[in-house]
Amino acid sequence: MSDIVLDTEALSRRFRTITAVDALTLSVYAGEVFGLLGSNGAGKTTTIKMLTTLLQPSSGEAHVAGFSITSQAVDVRRSIGYVPQAVSVDGSLTAYENLLIFAKLYDLPRHEQKARIQEALEFMNLTADAGRLVSEYSGGMVRRLEIAQSTLHRPRVLFLDEPTVGLDPIARDAVWKHLIDLRANYGTTLFFTTHYLEEAESHCDRIAIMHQGKVAALGTCKELEASLGSGHTLNDVFVHYAGTALDSGASYRSVSAERATEQRLG
Amino acid sequence: MIANLIHPLTGFVEKTFVITEFEVRKLRHDFTELITRALQPALWLLIFGQVFSRSGAMHTGTIPYLDFIAPGILAQSVLFVAIFYGINVIWERDLGIVQKFLASPTPRAALVLGKGFSAGIRSLSQTLIVYGLSLVLGVKLNWSPLALLNVLVIVVLAATLFSTFSLVIACIVKTRERFMGVGQVLTMPLFFASNAIYPTAIMPGWLQTISHLNPLTYVVDALRTCMLAGSASTFGLSYDYVVILLTTTILVITGAQLYPRLAT
Repeated sequence: MSDIVLDTEALSRRFRTITAVDALTLSVYAGEVFGLLGSNGAGKTTTIKMLTTLLQPSSGEAHVAGFSITSQAVDVRRSIGYVPQAVSVDGSLTAYENLLIFAKLYDLPRHEQKARIQEALEFMNLTADAGRLVSEYSGGMVRRLEIAQSTLHRPRVLFLDEPTVGLDPIARDAVWKHLIDLRANYGTTLFFTTHYLEEAESHCDRIAIMHQGKVAALGTCKELEASLGSGHTLNDVFVHYAGTALDSGASYRSVSAERATEQRLG
Repeated sequence: MIANLIHPLTGFVEKTFVITEFEVRKLRHDFTELITRALQPALWLLIFGQVFSRSGAMHTGTIPYLDFIAPGILAQSVLFVAIFYGINVIWERDLGIVQKFLASPTPRAALVLGKGFSAGIRSLSQTLIVYGLSLVLGVKLNWSPLALLNVLVIVVLAATLFSTFSLVIACIVKTRERFMGVGQVLTMPLFFASNAIYPTAIMPGWLQTISHLNPLTYVVDALRTCMLAGSASTFGLSYDYVVILLTTTILVITGAQLYPRLAT
């Protein structure tokens, strides 16, 4: 088996009376494309926030790239890239500037910065638009720039929170093509959340379905479909493990944030 | 070994300036902001200042009233702009920008101080405006290079102080609506409980006490000392600097503690 790059041990997060993530235990292998699925409010975003050190766990532990998220947060941050669900590049700067600031913040050697940025722009097919203000970008271009920005320092694990929300199918395919290339070229592990089952089916090595803060199912898409007997689709699997889907409502804030993201990207 | 010892501090300073640099780069695209900023100090000096100067109601000793309030109006315009600076981080939070910076290895204090400094650099335009207006109104300014340098440093520090204060509030209230409310509530008391437009000597005792706890008072005192020809400091320039620097340090540390709240 290949190396484990991320593992969680009984990772939990409570908000007052609600347990958003409940004793989550899972492992992700280096170079894997791992999808975290679940209906709204299942705990996907809270999980990602803990793994990216934005949120302290209430109990439990996790290691990312060999570092503890609780006691070695800065080392974890150096080893990961993060693409939040909402727009995370600055519209009042050019694409080049958005990349330059992160090249500097991640301590890329000064003489390599320019070459790295050019390479990232080329890789994401943005070279021609590098000098334009990002506020003039289309949704697909924004997402590609965000991925370029989060992978400039060649992170071992790239976390993406609903990377294709609000994108049209063509832009969605383009984003995925670049993500898959990223893994092929740099061995980047992709850990992402999504609502789109077809996306999970076509791109993930393994998926975990979360329900009420717990892992309800874990495995390859084929394994999970087979677990229900023959002739079942991933949709059946999802409904089986995550309840009748989309029942537990997300908070007003996260729903409105999601809508706003769709609007800005769309 | 030595590299390990030095690295955190140089890293902090370097990252602070990276944040400042990119905040300032954003300004390029927004010149309307610089123009609207000129409006308020112009109104205060040309209308309020002229009227009160004529009435002779304010006793400002040997200095004419217009001279007295010119540094006060500079401090005020720095305060009024800086105190709403926090709205930017709330905006960046509603997008995903704050989250992305917090997931990077950048020291939190560098994120906070870097933004503070950029507010300081933005305030330099107001300095230019107040100096221009003062010239027109015949205020007797001190043109010695050292005095001018002091004024620039004080303005940058004052804007850093109040914008960091604003950022701390933003980290606590987290939404634009509440932030605007708190900002409105704070500006006027900070302004009126200071020596910006009248000497503290004419205040009732309780207000004097409050004004001595107000950092704006020390900003105004320092500016008045350096900006005007022949104005003595009330507290001493070095004392003013100590108060301003100490308050800023405390606010930056507090801000660095609270900043991660924006990601949740």
